[in-house]
Amino acid sequence: MIQFLSYLLNGISLGSVYAIIALGYSMVYGIAKMLNFAHGDVIMIGAYMSFCAIQYWSLPPIAAIVLAIVVCTALGILIERMAYKPLRTATSLSVLITAIGVSWLLQNIALLIWGANPKSYQSLVNFGSLTLFDGQLHITSETFITIAANIIIMIALTLFTGKTKMGKAMRAVSEDKGAAELMGINVNATISMTFAIGSGLAAIAGVLLCSSYPVLMPTTGSMPGIKAFTAAVFGGIGSIPGALIGGILLGLIEILGKAYVSTELGDALVFAVLIIVLLVKPTGLLGKKVHEKV
Amino acid sequence: MMKYKKPSRNFVTYAGVILIFLICELALSGMIDGFKMSRSLKGQLVPICVYIVMAVSLNLTVGISGELSLGHAGFMSVGAFTGVLVSQYLLFAFPDVNLETIRLIAALAAGGLFAGIAGVLIGIPVLRLRGDYLAIVTLAFGEIIRNLINCIYFSVEGIALNFGFLDPNLPGKMIINGPMGATGIKKLATFEVGFVLVMITLVVVLNLINSRSGRAIMAIRDNRIAAESVGLNVTKYRMLAFVVSAALAGMAGALYGLNFSQIQAVKFKFDTSILVLVFVVLGGIGNIRGSVIAATVLTVLPEMLRQFGDYRMLIYAIVLILVMLAGNNPFIKNTLDSFKAKVFKKSAKEGDQA
Repeated sequence: MIQFLSYLLNGISLGSVYAIIALGYSMVYGIAKMLNFAHGDVIMIGAYMSFCAIQYWSLPPIAAIVLAIVVCTALGILIERMAYKPLRTATSLSVLITAIGVSWLLQNIALLIWGANPKSYQSLVNFGSLTLFDGQLHITSETFITIAANIIIMIALTLFTGKTKMGKAMRAVSEDKGAAELMGINVNATISMTFAIGSGLAAIAGVLLCSSYPVLMPTTGSMPGIKAFTAAVFGGIGSIPGALIGGILLGLIEILGKAYVSTELGDALVFAVLIIVLLVKPTGLLGKKVHEKV
Repeated sequence: MMKYKKPSRNFVTYAGVILIFLICELALSGMIDGFKMSRSLKGQLVPICVYIVMAVSLNLTVGISGELSLGHAGFMSVGAFTGVLVSQYLLFAFPDVNLETIRLIAALAAGGLFAGIAGVLIGIPVLRLRGDYLAIVTLAFGEIIRNLINCIYFSVEGIALNFGFLDPNLPGKMIINGPMGATGIKKLATFEVGFVLVMITLVVVLNLINSRSGRAIMAIRDNRIAAESVGLNVTKYRMLAFVVSAALAGMAGALYGLNFSQIQAVKFKFDTSILVLVFVVLGGIGNIRGSVIAATVLTVLPEMLRQFGDYRMLIYAIVLILVMLAGNNPFIKNTLDSFKAKVFKKSAKEGDQA
C-alpha cells in the first residue's frame, strides 16, 4: 500500500514534468498549427545550461534556473525567427521537416559542446526528503517541488491567457490569424511570445526532469519530448487543463505500468492508452470537437 | 506531321534506376578505370536500396494517400525481425539444405507478409483518424512495435520453434533474444537483390498510382467528401495504400536485417521513421522519382561528409534547414519556376518539330 503511494507520487511528479513540456507543445500547436519537434531539445539545452551554471561557473541554484530560462527563451525566439517564420505560408509538412532539422541541429551542437558521454546532473532542488510511516515512505523534495511548480505554472498560465491583453491576443491568433490581424493584433509578435513562453517552460521542465532523473545527454530531451507531445494530444491539444490532465495521467500510467506490469512494456502501455483514448475521443480528453463543413 | 510521343515519366524512372545499377556493377567489378568505389560506399549499397524502398513506400502513404505517417520504421522492424527469424530458422532447422536463394526469398516474402498484416491491424484504428492525430497514432504504434519486439524471444531446437514473451529461458539456439535482438545472422543481402527489390517496389507503386485504384486514392486525398459522394469506398482505398506501403517497408526491413550480422529493435526507433520522411519531403511529396533520388543522395551524403568528422551531422542538419527555407522562399521559387517554364517551353517546341 505504501509502496503504491510512493509509485503514485512518483507518477504525479513525472507527469507534472510532462505536463509542463506539454504546455509548450500545446500552445505552439494552438497558435502556429505546427508540431514543434525541436521542443524536446530545448529542454535538453535548458538542462545543460543549468548544469554548466552549477558545475563550471558555480552559481547558486536560483541563478542557474534563471539562466536556463533566459537562454531557452532567447533560443525559442531565435528558432522561431530564423527557421519557422519564413515558412508561415508553407505546407505543414515543410514546417515539420524544418522542425526536425532544428532538433538535429540542437542535438549536434550539444554533442559538439558537451560530448556524447552522459553527465550526472546534480539536483538543483534537493532540500532533503520527507519520511513518513516510520521510514517506509520517502518523499524527496524534487517530487514536492515538481508538483508545486506544475500547479503554479498552470494557474499562472490560465490567468495569463484569460486576463491579460497578450494572453487574449494569443487566443485570438490561435482561432483566426487573419481576423486577429484586422483587429490590430501584431500576429508575429504574438507568435514569438508563444514560443518564448513555451521555451521558458521547457527550461524549467529540463531542470526538474534532470533533478529527478539525473542523466544528461544530448538526446535526453527527445523521449520526454515525444511523450509530452503524446500527453498534449491525449488531453486535447491546445487546451491548458488538457495538458495538465494528459501529462499527469501519462506519468501515472508510465510509472505504475513499469512497476506492476513490466519494465520493458511501460512505454508501450503509455502509447496503447493514447491510441485507445484517441479512438474513443478523436480530439483528446478535453479537446474541442470541430465539425466538418462541406 | 508525325506526332512525337514523349517517353513516359515512369519509363525514365525505370531507365534511370537500371542505368545507375549497371554503373555501380561496373564500378564494383573494377571495369571502369579511375572510378573505384570506396569501402564505405560499397557498404552503403544495400542500405541505399533499403532506403529507396522505404522512401517510395512511405511516399505512397504520405504523398499519394495524403496521410502523414510517423511510424514507418515500425513496419520495417516487423519485416526485419520476421525475415531474420525465417531465414535463421531455415538455416538451423534444415542445415543440410544449402539454398541461400530460397532462404532469402522466404525471408523477404515473410517480412512483407507480416508487415502487411501489421499494416491491416494498425490501419483499422489509425485510418479512422485524420491529420495530426493520425500522425501521432502512427508514431505511437511505431514505438509500441519496438517495445514489443524487445520482449520477444525465439529459439530453435531441432525443427521446433520455441516462442517466449518476456521469458528468455528457452531451450535450443536463440534466434531473437529480446532487447539484445538477433545476433549471429547469416548475411544474405546483396546489392543485386536490393536492386531487384527496388524494381519490384517501383513497378508495384507506379502501376498502383496509374491504376483505377490509384486515381481513387488520390481523389480521396484531394477531397474526401467529394470522393465519397461519387461512391468511392474511402476506407477500402486508404487501407489499400496503407497496407501496400507497410508490406513494401517490411520487405525492405527483411533485406536490411539480412545485411548485418546482428540487429536490435533500437535501430528502428522514431528517428528512422523521421529520416525516411525527410527523404520523402526533400524528394518531393508524391514524386516517386524524387524519393528515389533523395534516398540515394541523402544516404550517401553523411559518408561524403565524413571528412568533416564530428561536424558532419551538424552540417547535415543545417543543409536540411536551408533546403527547406530555400524551397519555400517566394523569390527563389519564382526564379526557379520561370526558369523551368523557359526550359520546358523550348523542349516542347523542339518536340513539335521532331
